[in-house]
Amino acid sequence: MNTAFKDHSELSDLFNKDEARVDWHDETLWFVRAKRDKAAHGIPEWESLREAASQIKNNVLSNLQDYLVEFEENAKKNGVTVHWAADAAEHNQIVHKILKDQGVNRLIKSKSMLTEECHLNEYLKNNGVEVIDTDLGERIVQLAEEPPSHIVLPCIHKKKEEIGDLFHEHLGTPAGMSDPVFLTAAARKHLRETFVTRKAAITGVNFAVAETGEFVVCTNEGNADMGAHLADVHIACMGIEKIIPKRNNLGVFLRLLTRSATGQPITTYSSHFRKPRPGQQMHLILVDNGRTTQLSRPDFRNSLKCIRCAACMNTCPVYRRSGGHSYHTAIAGPIGSILAPNLDMKEYADLPFASTLCGSCSNVCPVKINIHEQLYKWRQVIVKEGYAPAKKAIAMKVMEFTLSSPLIYKNAGKAGRWFMKHAPFTVNNKLNLWYDHREMPEVPKESFGEWYNKNVKND
Amino acid sequence: MTNSRAEILARILQNQPELSPLPADLVTVTHYDNPIENFKTILSNIGGLAVNVLDYQGIQDYIKTHFPDQRIVSTLAELSAVSEQGWENLDPHSYENVDLAIIRAHFGVAENAALWITEDLMHQRAVPFICQQLAVVINAKDIVETLHDAYVNIADSVYGFGTFIAGPSKTADIEQSLVLGAHGPKGMTVFILD
Repeated sequence: MNTAFKDHSELSDLFNKDEARVDWHDETLWFVRAKRDKAAHGIPEWESLREAASQIKNNVLSNLQDYLVEFEENAKKNGVTVHWAADAAEHNQIVHKILKDQGVNRLIKSKSMLTEECHLNEYLKNNGVEVIDTDLGERIVQLAEEPPSHIVLPCIHKKKEEIGDLFHEHLGTPAGMSDPVFLTAAARKHLRETFVTRKAAITGVNFAVAETGEFVVCTNEGNADMGAHLADVHIACMGIEKIIPKRNNLGVFLRLLTRSATGQPITTYSSHFRKPRPGQQMHLILVDNGRTTQLSRPDFRNSLKCIRCAACMNTCPVYRRSGGHSYHTAIAGPIGSILAPNLDMKEYADLPFASTLCGSCSNVCPVKINIHEQLYKWRQVIVKEGYAPAKKAIAMKVMEFTLSSPLIYKNAGKAGRWFMKHAPFTVNNKLNLWYDHREMPEVPKESFGEWYNKNVKND
Repeated sequence: MTNSRAEILARILQNQPELSPLPADLVTVTHYDNPIENFKTILSNIGGLAVNVLDYQGIQDYIKTHFPDQRIVSTLAELSAVSEQGWENLDPHSYENVDLAIIRAHFGVAENAALWITEDLMHQRAVPFICQQLAVVINAKDIVETLHDAYVNIADSVYGFGTFIAGPSKTADIEQSLVLGAHGPKGMTVFILD
């Protein structure tokens, strides 16, 4: 998908051309959000759990250096080869080298948002390595040659009929067949053949435990386990912020993660990988890619507490109506909008503005990230650094000029009311960004200042 | 590569905030009057099936009735009469056509119907994932209330691989329609030994 030179608002316009689909997308995600509420309300200590998770993550960020060293030491003792990657390019090179050393040019991958962030698939493809995504949703968007639009539900933007068409074209299912049970069975058959013939498997990491050197991978489908337990080489890729101090902290995080994500009490599989099985190689790549920079920003560092549940997306009134692709970054939605500007402030300058600042994201966040406050703070940083979108920057300049003098303000108000009343076409048009998304208000006869002078001052 | 390690750690040390203490372990208030019943209800909600049995003979009878003429492997010596012998050390890919695998779990968790299983109970790690149907045997007394209790049980035990399994493999990736049997088992039976 070509999203070049389009910002969130333009990409949302594309998504909004099909209003029925927007309504369906909105309702589907709200359904997931409602399931989250039900699951959360079933746990009497839910709020204490969130607080505990938040404090554990605060501790992690404040002691990250020691925890990473401890984790590395224990993982090595367990027989795991640990690699460090400063950025996406180094991460991709490390993966490629491991594969090359093993003479492997075909691999399977379970869900890993980090590898999406690093554009690993594209890199490997360009180096002659075939990657097959095994999460059903990811496989679907891979066949469609699109990025995932949601971090937990990668093809939430797709209708079953479109998936049926894709499967007909690529997997040979009957034309017009769109029954989810039938399509899932077809994918199962296709991917099982893949599982038993690939020698290398990549997985993501949900949590890595410093005290034991083990890492935990959560899936519902079982695809991470199918891949890892059959492959000769298992490569696990993780951002450095995925560390937690102790094994028993998992009790807190696993209780929160899936309830927040889909409303399930836990994922079907929560697998704890500690040692390679006999004869197997296990590699783990610790990736920075901007995380240490985010750590240096006091206002934004706690975005690194994120456990990738996507509750903030499911609840977001903007995400639900603009679709994941409108964020033009691997991690969409509110959390993505505070992570992406750290990686590239210019390219993602539009994202912190893709919010109503309603605060629902912060309210559902299982690790209590103040997402909407960070969105607001990013706006200020972006404008100050000169990265504000041009149209917005001009509007702000005009506003600054108008508000800086009482006389200009008074006359501008008068002029505005005159134009809206007598020449509405001058404001109700496409050049007015405000009108683009809203009805203009009815024109009052006088300003508050004029009304006050007439009615109150004379009393 | 070694440079990246040193550089990343140096940048973290430079940028990490002042030490914030690790909180005390959470005190749970979640309590179930009948954890076994809760376990069974949740298991059925997530697509699994709980079967109460008195003894291993009960399990064998159930299997003979419900899984006739199938390829069955088990890690339980008590079930050797209904399962294949000498399967344990084959290439894991060869289990692709196992219809039913029967293994033991250390314990179950009432709040989410998850079962804690380490690799010594699987023989081979692939077994509980590659089989078409999974059955797990636990003792009724081994059902704890919450995941916190679960990690108290696990404590600092050593394993190469361990997993919580809750119900059959599933996906809802196509329009949020729940389908059982994404890649792993299409069904899960839990035998609860009284």
